[in-house]
Order: sequence, then C-alpha cells, then structure tokens
Amino acid sequence: MPSNKSVSDAPIVQFTNCRILRSHQLQREDLWVREGKILNPEKLFFDEKGSADIQLDCKDSIIAPGFIDVQINGGFGVDFSLATDDFKSGIDLVSQKILSHGVTSFCPTLVTSPPSVYHQVLPQLSIRNGGAHGAGILGAHLEGPFISKEKKGAHPEHCLRTFEAGAFQDLLATYGSLDCVRIVTLAPEMKRSSEVIRELTQRGICVSLGHSVANLAQAEEAVQHGATFITHLFNAMLPFHHRDPGIVGLLTSDKIPAGRRVFYGMISDGIHTNPAALRIAHRAHPKGLVLVTDAIAGMGLAPGRHTLGQQVVEIDGLNTYIAGTKTLSGSVATMDTCVRHFQEATGCSVETALEAASLHPAQLLGIEHKKGTLNYDSDADFLMLNDDLYVQATYIAGEEVWRQDALGM
Amino acid sequence: MKLVILETYAQASEWAAKYIRNRIVHFGPGPGRFFTLGLPTGLPRDHPESYHSFMWNNFFKHIDISAENVHILDGNAPDLQAECDAFEEKIKAAGGIELFVGGIGPDGHIAFNEPGSSLVSRTRVKTLAMDTILANARFFDGDLSKVPTMALTVGVGTVMDAREVMILITGAHKAFALYKAIEEGVNHMWTVSAFQQHPNTVFVCDEEATLELKVKTVKYFKGLMLVHNKLVEPLYSMKAAGAESSQAKKPYSD
Repeated sequence: MPSNKSVSDAPIVQFTNCRILRSHQLQREDLWVREGKILNPEKLFFDEKGSADIQLDCKDSIIAPGFIDVQINGGFGVDFSLATDDFKSGIDLVSQKILSHGVTSFCPTLVTSPPSVYHQVLPQLSIRNGGAHGAGILGAHLEGPFISKEKKGAHPEHCLRTFEAGAFQDLLATYGSLDCVRIVTLAPEMKRSSEVIRELTQRGICVSLGHSVANLAQAEEAVQHGATFITHLFNAMLPFHHRDPGIVGLLTSDKIPAGRRVFYGMISDGIHTNPAALRIAHRAHPKGLVLVTDAIAGMGLAPGRHTLGQQVVEIDGLNTYIAGTKTLSGSVATMDTCVRHFQEATGCSVETALEAASLHPAQLLGIEHKKGTLNYDSDADFLMLNDDLYVQATYIAGEEVWRQDALGM
Repeated sequence: MKLVILETYAQASEWAAKYIRNRIVHFGPGPGRFFTLGLPTGLPRDHPESYHSFMWNNFFKHIDISAENVHILDGNAPDLQAECDAFEEKIKAAGGIELFVGGIGPDGHIAFNEPGSSLVSRTRVKTLAMDTILANARFFDGDLSKVPTMALTVGVGTVMDAREVMILITGAHKAFALYKAIEEGVNHMWTVSAFQQHPNTVFVCDEEATLELKVKTVKYFKGLMLVHNKLVEPLYSMKAAGAESSQAKKPYSD
C-alpha cells in the first residue's frame, strides 16, 4: 500500500515477524524505518494515513540496537596507535570489518604514545556516520599517556607523562587537538587532575579513570569533578580492598552526584576478568556496565606477533600478552563474542546483555536520544540476531550493510 | 436475542472474534463494498493520544486496514456538535453499520449513553456519570481532576440502526447490568435494554456475568450452544463462498 506523500516521499520499510528490544524488553512488534530513522507507525497511521511500502519478514529474529564499542585499539592487522600515512585506509578497513561483529558505532582508541603520534594521527581522524562503508566513528578514545607508572599494563613507560606543570595546557600540547576526541582515560591521583577533568568535561569530553593506583576518595573526587567512566574495571587498577575499595568502589559509592551515573567498561572475553568478578560487578551496579572489546591489531587475524603502539604483542588463542611476558595487552575478542560470554557468565537476560553493548555506551556518551535504542526517531542502526545472539545482519540508517551468508563469514 | 454463554473471559473473547470473522467473510467485502464495523468510543475523546493508542495497539496494527477507512470521533474539533452530525453522515455514506460491537457499563450503559440517555439519541456530546469518571481514572494516573467530564458518543438510536449488534459482557461486576438489560423491561436507566427491540442482537458473556440471571434463562441459552457454535465454525474461503450469499444464513430465527 502506498504511503501518503504529503510528509515525505521516502519509502517506508516495515520489518515484521521479529522481536524488538524496546523499553528493556523483547517485544513482539514490527519495526518501521523511514529515511534512516525509526518511525512511529501509530503517528504514520493516524496523522499521515500512511502505510508501509516494503514489508520484510525477519523470520522471528531478534532485532536489537547496533553495538557501540568505546574501546577498540585496532584489528585485522591495523593498529590505531601506529603513525602511518595510511591511517585512513586502516580505520576504513576496521570500521568495515566490525560490521560483522554487530558494531555500528565505535571510538577508535589510541594507547599511550609519544606526542608525535597524536599530532600525526588525530588530524587524520574524523567523526562520521556509518553506512555501507563501515561503522560510524564517534570520536577517539585516548587511553593515556597521563596514567600511573605502577599500572601501565602494556603501555610503554617512556611515553608516560604528567600534567603537573601546566595541567590542561600540558594535555593539549601532548594531544595537539581535541576536536575529534570523545573519551580520555587518565589516572586521577595525578597532581592537578581535578582541573584537567573539569576542563575536559566542560568541552563535552568523557573522562574515564583507569591505569591508576587511586584510592576510593581520589576516585570519588574525580567523579565530583566530572569523570563518568572507568576503563576496563579491575584491570590496571588497585584490587578491591574492604577498607579501601579503590576505583572499584565507585560501583557502590554514595558520593556520586545526584542524577549522575558512573559507567564502567568490562572486557568480557573470559580472560581479562574471572566470570565470578564479572558477576560481582554486574550485580553491584548492573545499569553501569558497558561491554568493550579493547581489541588490538591481532583481532581477526591468526595467532602470532603483532604491534600495539610502541610494543610487540603475542597472540595465543584468545590471550594476548606483551611478547615474552604474561602481561595482558588488549584482547582479540569480538563484540558479539563479548555479548554472548557476558550473557552466559552472568546468566542475565538477553535484553540485559544486549543493552550492555548498546544502550549503556550510548548513555555514557550522552547520545541515547539517537543511538543505542530502537525508540522512535532514533537512528536506525540495528542488528538481526538469532536466539543464541549470533549476528545475522547489520543495518545502519535503515540500510543493510552486512549479512551472514549461508556459508558463514 | 442470542445469549451466548462461554465459561471464561478468554473463551468469550475467542467466540466473539470468530463470530465477527465469519460475519465479515460471509458479507464478502471488496473494492467499493465495505463491511462497516462500529465500535463505541472507549475513552473520552479529549485525550486523542490515549484513545488512538488503545485502538492502534489492540486492533489497527494487527490488521491491514488502510487509515482512510478509519473514522474516529474527534474530541478536539472546534464545533463538537457539527463533528457529531458529520459522523452520522459518514455512517450513512458508508451504507450504515453492518455490525456494531460494544460492551456494557456496570450501570448498563452502551457507549457513553449514561442512565437517562434517550433511547432514540444520536451521536452527541455527553456528560459522563461519576461511575464512568472513576472507571476512567486509571488512564489518567488515578488523578480524578484530569479525567475529562464530557465525551462524544454514538447514540442509542445510532446503534439501533446497525443491522446487527453484538454486546460483550464479562465479569461479575457486569452481572447486575446484564440482568437489567435482558430480564427486565426496556428502560432508559439501563440503556442496553433498548436492544430488546432490535431484530438482530447477540450477547456474548462469560459465566461470571450470568450470576444475576435466572437459572432458567441460563439453562435455556446454554442448551442452545450447539446451535450457537455453528455460527463460529470456520467458513470456506471467500472465493469458494462466492458473492452470491450476502445474507447470513441463520439456522433458526430469533
């Protein structure tokens, strides 16, 4: 049946025979899309007297909002922290390949690097919408170099810095430009971090605490000044102690300003965190859990040696270590694997698992009015999944950008 | 009348749905030949969102009806009486209502024709009884001050003009109203009683709703269920039935 042309000429697509994730539940409803956005069929019916132009049978799939990965260092041989002239084609490759993992938006992450790398790489990065070419880029996540020496993990020590001298100006000089920066991870126990956190927050940049030996009081102060995220909880921070829970204590802290929520990234690949620890975090603060991959260049490639910024790392199965050591350095997990593992390990509902990879990162970045949900007028970035949470098809702005073919990919 | 008694709410709903389906198929609608289904305004029309949402979520989104064929009284129209008169005209233009499906209020009202409404009334603006306002409060977060006190409604006369009327009555709280409607006389205090004078009425109810009826009445109509159930048996496809039989064949007369 033709749609009423008075409001818009664009074709209306109705996805039927599906269960959509809406209002935290899987509901048996149809999904309506027009001009790259989720359409309200009731308004269409009564106000425009319109109807669908195309109806697609989804064969009882689950339809969920596209996944958002806020910590991914590279993949498929591409390392975002490597200053090459070819940065653009590297990012294009990764953004295209991760569509098959269900990721429709991401924050390319740069690990601790010398200023020259930031000055060369960041200007080549641009925030852009996703599409058939690949997942959308929301902005860079700069993890370091303003982090703690004791908890540097796989980050190179010689590149670590402080902002004791010039606070925010030091940070700006190191990175060069903050135009396309979305998240900055830093250690809040560093001197003058409060000023820096306030400055970054005022510019709309999300501040994350990580690679730090801060105690709970220091972490809480950082949150008062605007920090809203914790980088890969448990990893690269002091372990939970019952008299000083450290950064982990933010999950149940009573000093979080009213109306704010602290989110925390979890790499649920089964290696970075013991499932029991994952469960403890999830049960303590389920609404703050954000699934991240922290994937490195070796993700999607065969086991062996790869680079991660200034370091060489070795992949063995799902484990990635700094070559020759047992220090974990990133992961090779894909986002959909993380979602499945999270669901299995915690026994949570399918809805909760899917929201940890879509709604929560969108809320963290303050974009849940257009990403991370299937609410009316949101961007139509969504996935078709089977009951075991394997991605069957990926859609960005209402267009199919990836489909699982019969032979598998 | 036919009084169809099913055991539970779910069974009564299913019976009614199948009956409506059979009526539509038997009628053989097609381009230019519309089956006009009448429904009462469920909620005061001042809140178009709530009523539209209710009809959308419970009916329209599940069927392939085109929006042009949906006519809902608009409580926000500048001239309410003109809106009501226009509605009556639309019904005439559509060839009259083929089947009107409605419920009954605890005070025996049909649509918003509260006790005291004229039994020959047409579509008009009605002031709502306190009972109705209380019942509707749940759609306005329990805040009585927010519940509209006026509503647009089809009249008793309007519904009487329909070629067939089906009334759904379920639950013990409707039992007294059902008793007044079918075992007592025609009375404008219980407006549903007007349908005693309609040639073609079906009352569908569950056991609970029969609690105030005479045992004799209930036994009589339950005994007719074998015949009643023939009315909801699946029909052959519209193609097979053909356009010849436009009259519903009744196995017995009222």
